[in-house]
Amino acid sequence: MKNETLRPVDRQVIALEVNGERTEMLLPVHKTLLEVLREDMGLTGTKHGCELGECGTCTVLVGGKPELSCLVLPIQVQGQAVTTVEGMAHGSQLHPLQQAFAELGAAQCGYCTPGILLAAKSLVETNPAPTRDEIREALAGNLCRCTGYSKILDAVSLAASRMG
Amino acid sequence: MLRLPRFRYLRPKTAREAASMAAELGTRAMFVAGGTDLFPKLKRRQFEIDTLIGLDFQSREIHDGGAACVIDAGVTLSAASRDAHLNAMFPGYAQAAGLVSSPPLRNAGTIGGNLCVDTRCNYYDMTYEWRKAAGFCLKKDGDICLVAPSSPRCWAVSSSDTAPMAMALDGWVILAGPDGDRELPVAALYRDDGIEYMAKRPTEVVTGLRLTAAPNTRSAYVKLRRRGSIDFPIAGAAVAVALDGDTIAGCRIVLSGVASHPLEVPAADEFLKGKRADREILKEAADLAAKPAKPLDNADLSHFWRKRMVHVVVEQALEIATTSTRGSMVKLSQQ
Amino acid sequence: MKVVGKPLPKVDASAKVTGRAIYADDMLPPRTLHCRILRSPHPHARILSIDTSAARRIPGVLAVITGADLPVKFGILPVTQDERALEHEKVRYVGDPIAAVAATDEEIAAAACDAIAVEYDVLEPVMSIDAALREPKDERIQDYGGPNNIHKLVALEFGDVEGGFAHAETIREDVFFYQGNTHLPMEQHSAIATYLDGKVTLWSSTQVVHYVHRALSKVLELPMNRIRVIGAAHGGGFGGKTDPFAHEIIVCKLAMLTGRPVKCTLTREEVFYAHRGRHPVLMWVRTGVAKDGRITAMHFRTALDGGAYGSYGVASTFYTGALQTVTYDIPAYRFEGCRVFTNKPPCGPKRGHGTPQPRFALELHLEKIARDLGLDPVELKRRNFVQPNTRTVNWLRVTSCGLDECVDRVMQASGYATREKRIGHGMGFAVSTYLSGAGTAIYWNDMPHSEVQIKVDRGGVTAYCGAMDIGQGSDSVLATIVAEELGLQPADVRLVTADTDTTPIDLGSYSSRVTFMAGNAAVEAARKMRAMLVEATAAKMGCEASAVEVGDGRIGDFSFEEASVLAEARFGTLTSAGSYTPPRIAGPYKGSGVGPSPAYSYSACVVDLDADERTGLVSVNKIWIAHDVGRAINPLLVEGQVEGSVYMGLGEALMEEQTFRKGLHKWPSMLEYKSPTFLDMPEVQTFIVETVDPEGPYGAKEAGQGPLLPVPPALCSAVYDALGVWIDEIPVTPEKVLEALRRKSKGEPARYGPPMFPPIPYPPPIKVEPPPKDLDHASAAAI
Ligand SMILES: Cc1cc2nc3c(=O)[nH]c(=O)nc-3n(C[C@H](O)[C@H](O)[C@H](O)COP(=O)(O)OP(=O)(O)OC[C@H]3O[C@@H](n4cnc5c(N)ncnc54)[C@H](O)[C@@H]3O)c2cc1C
Ligand code: SF4
Ligand code: FES
Ligand code: FES
Repeated sequence: MKNETLRPVDRQVIALEVNGERTEMLLPVHKTLLEVLREDMGLTGTKHGCELGECGTCTVLVGGKPELSCLVLPIQVQGQAVTTVEGMAHGSQLHPLQQAFAELGAAQCGYCTPGILLAAKSLVETNPAPTRDEIREALAGNLCRCTGYSKILDAVSLAASRMG
Repeated sequence: MLRLPRFRYLRPKTAREAASMAAELGTRAMFVAGGTDLFPKLKRRQFEIDTLIGLDFQSREIHDGGAACVIDAGVTLSAASRDAHLNAMFPGYAQAAGLVSSPPLRNAGTIGGNLCVDTRCNYYDMTYEWRKAAGFCLKKDGDICLVAPSSPRCWAVSSSDTAPMAMALDGWVILAGPDGDRELPVAALYRDDGIEYMAKRPTEVVTGLRLTAAPNTRSAYVKLRRRGSIDFPIAGAAVAVALDGDTIAGCRIVLSGVASHPLEVPAADEFLKGKRADREILKEAADLAAKPAKPLDNADLSHFWRKRMVHVVVEQALEIATTSTRGSMVKLSQQ
Repeated sequence: MKVVGKPLPKVDASAKVTGRAIYADDMLPPRTLHCRILRSPHPHARILSIDTSAARRIPGVLAVITGADLPVKFGILPVTQDERALEHEKVRYVGDPIAAVAATDEEIAAAACDAIAVEYDVLEPVMSIDAALREPKDERIQDYGGPNNIHKLVALEFGDVEGGFAHAETIREDVFFYQGNTHLPMEQHSAIATYLDGKVTLWSSTQVVHYVHRALSKVLELPMNRIRVIGAAHGGGFGGKTDPFAHEIIVCKLAMLTGRPVKCTLTREEVFYAHRGRHPVLMWVRTGVAKDGRITAMHFRTALDGGAYGSYGVASTFYTGALQTVTYDIPAYRFEGCRVFTNKPPCGPKRGHGTPQPRFALELHLEKIARDLGLDPVELKRRNFVQPNTRTVNWLRVTSCGLDECVDRVMQASGYATREKRIGHGMGFAVSTYLSGAGTAIYWNDMPHSEVQIKVDRGGVTAYCGAMDIGQGSDSVLATIVAEELGLQPADVRLVTADTDTTPIDLGSYSSRVTFMAGNAAVEAARKMRAMLVEATAAKMGCEASAVEVGDGRIGDFSFEEASVLAEARFGTLTSAGSYTPPRIAGPYKGSGVGPSPAYSYSACVVDLDADERTGLVSVNKIWIAHDVGRAINPLLVEGQVEGSVYMGLGEALMEEQTFRKGLHKWPSMLEYKSPTFLDMPEVQTFIVETVDPEGPYGAKEAGQGPLLPVPPALCSAVYDALGVWIDEIPVTPEKVLEALRRKSKGEPARYGPPMFPPIPYPPPIKVEPPPKDLDHASAAAI
């Protein structure tokens, strides 16, 4: 079954816009956005926990909306802005969400944090004053094993109130 | 890291072109829309293909024509779940779309892909290495069914949330083939077979879903799953009820997660016709609806319990559709 | 205190929220090779042959190794050195590693694994405790241990147990089962090794750089000074990264063979096979109580399903009997424990290591006794609470104890006593305790358990410690303590941690030991440094050292930077060191090494839920938890640990289970192994109780594990409150609730749980004389 490994690789030049920077790269089409970000672009802030769409760890923004980068091909997102956790801060100024997560201890091991920050960013941009239940709904695809979610809810609320 | 197999990626510009490519390549190729169903399966080596035909050209509009409405196949589940028109006219459909998996998945998964989503089984939706250790099964690479070893067929479960709702609403799918377009009732899209679960031709692309609002018809979808998010349905009820005052003029109930196809339950539909929508009647109808459901031990939780729960999801869906409230219903999960 | 007790951000917070923390899988040095491991498809089989020739021929494959390349056995405990990095004789569970490939990319490595041909002689698998107690059909799994597939049997008796039962007014027996489950850290295990100048360097996602260091030295047959182990940023452990693992050894070997960096990141499925998670434990408990509800004697039996290897299992077995006495004053106590081998991934330590299972049984058992006697369960438990500054019947030394206060807090906040009684709604209560670090090391030695060095150089402070921050915030605790003593802010302290080349030893992040032990070492090192700074400053100021005030970045009349220059001029290079060795408080009997801790944390919990008669579904509304942490060095971190523990306890109580079907892990995926999402987690109200422990740093005790323990029993007690049925087995699934209700309606016992405890050939118990109960603190510390 693994003889597909011996097949030739289909490489295509793919134009990506990641964190506001445009690049064209020659990429194997079967590499997921997750792999390309981490392995070809050095953007290792995007993490992974299953690679099957089951945990949310790999969440990035595509056109401002959270998507699972383990289930997206770069070729499918050409022409759309991709945002990773590396693109959240303004220069050396943390994004209010990052600031709130740091202040309230919402990142313990920090492994789920990049994905959750991005999902939260998309939420507060469309709903500037989300209720706790709305935050839960929006982040329901992102598992965290450390925090029990409480501090994350607090941090998103705090950031939203500061941004509002 | 689990990775995709090597493949070529073709980028047709129209559905017709995509269909022609599929006709030419046969079983070596598959369509891909959002990829949220296909990519995990490719990573687990559940399909052997060397070419993907990208449906990236698909338009993503919801064409609101008053009572009738066409949803382009490329519309994402999250767009469908939030659409004001759908929520007003076909609330059950919007609910079903909004209950698929999790928010980030719904931003990529399409309604077309959701109609075509592969049947599921926890002996089959496993990695290549796991399946090799368990012994391959009928659906892929093997010659017996591990759930029902004496059975000649595969019992993998239809797990789409929106397909049963589209059926209950008497929806039609619009198909584009290499030689032309046609429309089919959604009900005619499926087969009671875990392997050959789709009745459309493999070369045909789903380009849209046509829903037509029947007068005084209300719809609802209730989904049972272990967690409030991420999980597939382990039992679900889609209902569309036409009301004449508080009498049920017509009703369609379709179940998800309990058979290899979205399961229609005509006996319950018949029973309800002409009856008043009170609690006892709904309960009786739910019992009738649960009868043909045959969950097997190939999804989460025990099949005995899932079978019992079919009564509950049907009853709740009927109640929501007939009264538009959730009342004091049991929380099935934190939805 | 200036910084201790303040809710300051963690020192690594910015790195984590910006994606700049480097986890092991984030490293990709030039020319890195990727490793994949071929694993057994059989639960139990002898290996007849392994043919790697086809794999070696695949272009891009640089090395293929098998067990013959790494024959030396290892294991975390000295008494169970039963694992090999790669097995070439026999496989014992689906997922047991057999061969490994290093290739230029991961796809090629995976294809090469698939091309390795292995011939097996398949043996009958042993998949349950019952099967393991019977004579094996083909052969036993391990060739050591007790009869059949028994791994370990222990039997201890403290005080006059028969006499205690004879004096009891009522005696009750119950049987419970706690299903196994796994840690499921979000980060899959990952390790990357390089080899240069005869020296191996390994970066790994581990909780215990020191133990990995030791295992590598043994298996690679290299002296420890030729090996460097560095803990990469850590994506979650919960006990799951506390053993040395095959992949860590394999990447080192492959790096040595190829001369290139080699990385191995486990897939999620492989993480389920690496496991070392919660043991499934079957339990039987018999307790006698007097009329007033006071316990007169207790007899506790456990049977642990250990999986295929030893891991921490011997310790886990003792732990299932050790801490019952640390919450309740039990005057006479017999414990019989048994661990069996089965053909499943090995179990080991998960958050609460070996104690959540007996805690579950004990709390429910006492609740049933209370109802038998017509007493309020909270009151019955309270009457039996241990008192501070006592020794338990099994010689455990209890110093600070905030049990009563914890109970008061959750009782008041939850309104438990005045709860609304109606069918379908219930509240439940439980308490627990946990260690602040094990009093004895895993391998016998006289050295300190933790050491900290501090260097001050031109105003900059660096603290060095082998401790590994696994997300719990141990780096922040170290920085806070050093900053407190030197009058600085935590952000002023640079940290070098978890690197066996540059940091002094710390045994690692397990058994909740880091804050307590590394914290005490840091206090000592920092106080020595402070003394030098003060002495030099006093000399310059011409005053007594006692007149020099330290704080707010100043030492006396000088800024910290000026003071450090003065001190360096006076003493030369400014370094100091501190260490911590726990007091020798273990009792005088074999097996007494498991259970003693310099201090115990305490928790109390109330769960409020709705449970539905028709569906069996349980929906938790709210959880109140109070935790006696001694002192919260950083309350934010303590709350985070408590909330995370409650989350994990709730997952175990309701949905998490590691189950098997036909010899295979039933669902090694994040979709099917159910971990609660945002929507499944109720609001949690946390109360921090501070009892200021006499030996903890500033009085601190543990927070990371204890609060998990009361959640499962409190949940089951709430289900009883709601529906009148006992679920004596977790997870509490709706099917079990319905089955219990069905039995109740038939007039059968209203419970779901194991029917009986199997006969186990325990040896006659070792009889141990209990110690004097009261303990004045001065003499206790001297023991
Ligand atoms: C963790 C997880 C949880 C999930 N939970 C749910 C759930 O709860 N409920 C649920 O219903 N689904 C669930 N899914 C399945 C899936 O994500 C959704 O069904 C989604 O709608 C599929 O859409 P897609 O566009 O991503 O389809 P794809 O993955 O792109 O395609 C799915 C299948 O349909 C075919 N296809 C796609 N579009 C067309 C078209 N226009 N014409 C013809 N064939 C087409 C593809 O060839 C493929 O065979 C889940 C998936 C994952 C990974
Ligand atoms: S139902 Fe049977 S044949 Fe079908 S996927 Fe499951 S095990 Fe295979
Ligand atoms: S890595 Fe788990 S969803 Fe993508
Ligand atoms: S902080 Fe560790 S998984 Fe969320």
